[in-house]
Amino acid sequence: MNSLQTKRNRLLVIACLLGEVLCAGCAMAIEPAAEGHTLYQNQCGGCHSVETNRIGPRHRGVVGRRIASVPDYDYSPALKQLGGVWTPSRLDLWLSGTQKMAPGSRMYLALDDAEQRRLIIAYLQSISGTDGSK
Amino acid sequence: MESRRGMDLARRSFLARASMVALGAGASTLVVSRASAAVTRPGDIGVIQTALALEHEGIAAYQIAGKSGLLSPKTLKLAMVFLGHHQMHRDALAQLVSDAGGKPVEPKTDAQYIADLQLGSLKTESDVVALATTLERGAATAYISQVAALSEPRLAQLFAGISADEATHWATLHNAAGTPIPIAAFLFGR
Repeated sequence: MNSLQTKRNRLLVIACLLGEVLCAGCAMAIEPAAEGHTLYQNQCGGCHSVETNRIGPRHRGVVGRRIASVPDYDYSPALKQLGGVWTPSRLDLWLSGTQKMAPGSRMYLALDDAEQRRLIIAYLQSISGTDGSK
Repeated sequence: MESRRGMDLARRSFLARASMVALGAGASTLVVSRASAAVTRPGDIGVIQTALALEHEGIAAYQIAGKSGLLSPKTLKLAMVFLGHHQMHRDALAQLVSDAGGKPVEPKTDAQYIADLQLGSLKTESDVVALATTLERGAATAYISQVAALSEPRLAQLFAGISADEATHWATLHNAAGTPIPIAAFLFGR
């Protein structure tokens, strides 16, 4: 094996390793939203849909949206009074205990599992087209 | 042609069956009387109202699907049984709200439910069964989640019972679609 071939082989190995690292990075970025989708269907799907209002308002674009601002949904006074925007941290607070954050609202949920909340919020971000930082 | 005739017959029998489910309403009376005395807190009434809205939606879904002509007689018969269960849940929950001095939440219009659940996009029996499976799963989980928000054990017992009904619907539909049962335990509420 000449030195040129050796260099090529080394470059190939480095490229493969780099590719694996990058792919692992991609998987880590995609996974929370994908896992969150399943959790969303199980935990939220009884009352909510992504595209339409049902028992609760639609969720497309929820991260970064003003609270109680879907125009054709009838919100409770408790939620209307909250004000501000749905950020990931406010959604985390909301999912931790809806009646603690907005007593008298029509949603009754307290998700104790922080990891479940994180994954659901990751999914909500993925359908909102925003990182939710605003 | 034969299948079309079967569906027409099924559609005609829909109204007859829908009226028969009222016969089972007496079964819920005992459940309501047990839980009724327990409803005193506004929070509990709120939880019941949300559950009632969920039942209204389920009833509308089965009624609209039943009249669609998409269901075979065998599936329609099953759908009518499930419809009857949801109507009995509705009646029990509405009674609890009334007994506590509240006004039970009203159903939306059929047009609203068709839009909300995108029922216009259903083209086959499989589409209907898939939607029903999703709704039943969501309902079973919603009842489990809401148990934690109730202050009265008798109400929690009622909600657990309704959740078990929804889970039975889900399992039956799941099986009818030939979908393997999930291997991991805790199928609902997680």
